[in-house]
Amino acid sequence: MKILVMVKRVSDPNVMIRVSADNSSVDLNNVKMAINPFCEIAVEEAVRLKEAGIATEVVALSIGGTQSQEQIRTALAMGADRGILIESEGPLESLTVAKLTQKIIEEEQPGLVILGKQSTDTDNSQTGQMLASLMGWAQGTFASKLEISGEKINLTREVDSGLQTLSLSMPAVVTCDLRLNEPRFASLPNIMKAKRKPLDVKAAGDLGVDLTPRIKTLMVETPNERQGGTVLGSVAELVEKLKTEKGVI
Amino acid sequence: MRESMEFDVVIVGAGPAGLSTACRLMQQAQQAERDMSVCVVEKGSEVGAHIFSGAVLEPRALTELFPDWEDRGAPLNTPVIGDEIYLFQDAERAKRIPNSFVPKSMHNEGNYVISLGNLTRWLAEQAEGLGVEIFPGFAAAEILYHENGAVKGIATGDMGVSADGSQKGSYMEGMELHAKYTVFSEGCRGHLGKQLLAKYALDDGVDVQHYGIGIKELWDIDPAKHKPGLVVHGAGWPLDKDTNGGSFLYHGENNQVVVGLVVDLSYSNPYLGPFDEFQRMKQHPVFKNTLEGGKRVSYGARAMTKGGLNALPKMCFPGGLLVGCDAGTLNFAKIKGTHTAMKSGMVAAETIFAALQTDDEGGKELNAFTEALNASWLYDELHRSRNFGPAMHKFGTFWGGAFNYVDQNWFKGKLPFTLHDNTPDYAQLKEASECTPIEYPKPDGKISFDKLSSVFLSNTNHEEDQPCHLTLKDESVPVKRNWGLFSGPEARFCPAGVYEFVEDPEKHDMRLQINAQNCLHCKTCDIKDPSQNITWVVPEGTGGPNYPNM
Ligand SMILES: Cc1cc2nc3c(=O)[nH]c(=O)nc-3n(C[C@H](O)[C@H](O)[C@H](O)COP(=O)(O)OP(=O)(O)OC[C@H]3O[C@@H](n4cnc5c(N)ncnc54)[C@H](O)[C@@H]3O)c2cc1C
Ligand SMILES: Cc1cc2nc3c(=O)[nH]c(=O)nc-3n(C[C@H](O)[C@H](O)[C@H](O)COP(=O)(O)OP(=O)(O)OC[C@H]3O[C@@H](n4cnc5c(N)ncnc54)[C@H](O)[C@@H]3O)c2cc1C
Ligand code: SF4
Repeated sequence: MKILVMVKRVSDPNVMIRVSADNSSVDLNNVKMAINPFCEIAVEEAVRLKEAGIATEVVALSIGGTQSQEQIRTALAMGADRGILIESEGPLESLTVAKLTQKIIEEEQPGLVILGKQSTDTDNSQTGQMLASLMGWAQGTFASKLEISGEKINLTREVDSGLQTLSLSMPAVVTCDLRLNEPRFASLPNIMKAKRKPLDVKAAGDLGVDLTPRIKTLMVETPNERQGGTVLGSVAELVEKLKTEKGVI
Repeated sequence: MRESMEFDVVIVGAGPAGLSTACRLMQQAQQAERDMSVCVVEKGSEVGAHIFSGAVLEPRALTELFPDWEDRGAPLNTPVIGDEIYLFQDAERAKRIPNSFVPKSMHNEGNYVISLGNLTRWLAEQAEGLGVEIFPGFAAAEILYHENGAVKGIATGDMGVSADGSQKGSYMEGMELHAKYTVFSEGCRGHLGKQLLAKYALDDGVDVQHYGIGIKELWDIDPAKHKPGLVVHGAGWPLDKDTNGGSFLYHGENNQVVVGLVVDLSYSNPYLGPFDEFQRMKQHPVFKNTLEGGKRVSYGARAMTKGGLNALPKMCFPGGLLVGCDAGTLNFAKIKGTHTAMKSGMVAAETIFAALQTDDEGGKELNAFTEALNASWLYDELHRSRNFGPAMHKFGTFWGGAFNYVDQNWFKGKLPFTLHDNTPDYAQLKEASECTPIEYPKPDGKISFDKLSSVFLSNTNHEEDQPCHLTLKDESVPVKRNWGLFSGPEARFCPAGVYEFVEDPEKHDMRLQINAQNCLHCKTCDIKDPSQNITWVVPEGTGGPNYPNM
């Protein structure tokens, strides 16, 4: 079975971001970029499935600018076999990403597509779900545990009320939660090998997908700064404050 | 047994020195049609993540390395349009020094205001284009030696080790990188460089090394106040007459300026806080007028090696070379170390390449490096500036400044005598009882800020569960000696709030808390600890600041 795993280039979650001076976007000039942490988990899971003999090939797909090749190389250094970049410099919406991915799936015929549950830049949490419905495939989102036997996937997901277990039949789309696994460090020899693994670049415009944006961003603003809290001396004081200052009880 | 890989040359640190070495090696190899494997390890999460400088760049070395740097898109976008120098008298007043009185070494025509972080990112692209393997996120943790005592290479640190030393699920053992020659270019106070100086007694017979700490912020300012290419330097207030240092404000591109303060680590009052001096400095009208209405983008700090030629150690030893600020090639009269670091790397590359052409085995002591350096413009430049720092130390800012004016302008740095200053910086600290505590003003949150919100802007990050990379030789020294005699200076000289003395209710005594996650890798604690009890070692790779265009 072939696995398609998606990797997105996002601003490094450890790094501060700023709104551009004209409030039109997030200013990514001089900002360090990285692989979306949930995508890293997706790659790790795919590579583990290959190491377990369940998958035969892991293909890493990214959709974005030329520099997204760096994140594909990261996936290759972790153990993916080859990469595909759909090059597109403009902003991408989840639906466009899902439709472009659909084209690659038709070509590659994977048995399983693994994505992050969301990307830490736009926080949509939509791509996986949209992709599954475009394909008419089963979907298991927010996976915190994944077991495959034959054509069946047993998938555990974290929901508000506890853990839910789903059984899916393949082909399927799975999106990963934080606790699915702990991604490995890429070793130096594997980073060197990754530089020589095949990476196919396609132009988004050539795939017959309408790339026109459907969403218009009106304004981007920084959230209000959090006011510092105060430590109160006693419960009585708290009750008093809730009564008089906040008027909530 | 650790795994190992073999290279012709391994380079530690992707700063201007290391990357220039790598590029020059490959250029020569291509010209001679020789196969050459060169690898660079860098502890930052990406090239440039740990690079912290001013910076006004003198392009001399870059032009020698890549004469066509402009066509290759090197990020030198802002030529210097003018220099302004101020003598700060107090919190309100400053005198602008007429240009004719400014030491020649402080003029910047033909130079560029740059981000050194972005220049190294560009240099890394050039190096990779030439076939160099660059590995960001891998720290050289250990030097490897052959049985005959020559350097054999380095080992990268283990990854995935927990605070108690046990292996986590993600554990990955470090790797040995063996080389015919290993080049150490870790910048100021390199952690391995320090070991090499000791092992091969490289600094025997030269002056004691001196250091400064530079603290800097990057600001977006009101476009109406932005003058791309303007370079402002200052001396005097807020530093007292016993403390040397200088301030800077450079106007870069995109409505950004950098504002910073360098404080010589030879200061003596343990109550002094370089961070607090910097914060109050910005309230001076000369700086405040520019910053007001702007927004702080980034913050960082880094020590610099400023002993110059008098303190320059021997830079070769069997199997390797020490280059750039790891050795101390900075020209303090100009406060510039980038072009000299690059030049030292290029000369190193030429020496290594020539050696490998005649004897492919490697592992030799390349004394030819010393000769080649001495014959280059780098030596001439450092020789002219050799008295600058010691004059400041000996005569103070005013008379030292006068001496430097005469030395640099009338004698072009060729006065026939040399000044020496042989007290190490850490030994300059006086006991707290002999000194007056300094009351620093509270930050206003607009121009001046507290340490924690500043550190936040450095984007520094270390995996939480790992052994502490600020090691103590003796656990009892911080409280017994540093707190007892010096009132805990590490809490003040650390620009990141890593060291905190907190009350230990059980023992009714103080306790040192080390917030290693905040560390900016500036190396000041390793230098200035009056007990020389702190040793900075590399944390897990990728840990540390994530500087943008710093
Ligand atoms: C460690 C961590 C923990 C967090 N915990 C929480 C939490 O508990 N609760 C919470 O609300 N938020 C949390 N967040 C924030 C949250 O992760 C973000 O809100 C969210 O990830 C944003 O996803 P998205 O909807 O933009 O994803 P989408 O855009 O839908 O992307 C989902 C996946 O689609 C694929 N994909 C998308 N675009 C591309 C592309 N161009 N190329 C290739 N593949 C692509 C990737 O696999 C991606 O992972 C956390 C963030 C981090 C870093
Ligand atoms: C505040 C300040 C202002 C300055 N202003 C100017 C200026 O205006 N003009 C000018 O020319 N110079 C200036 N300098 C000096 C200049 O920045 C330095 O001289 C120059 O950066 C030295 O280059 P380098 O390559 O030797 O070291 P660095 O630039 O320090 O680079 C060393 C690299 O090695 C990496 N490294 C270190 N140890 C290890 C290890 N063990 N394993 C892996 N990687 C490691 C580091 O992360 C870093 O990336 C300034 C310095 C400071 C601090
Ligand atoms: S702990 Fe040491 S190296 Fe780290 S920021 Fe503080 S002084 Fe600098």
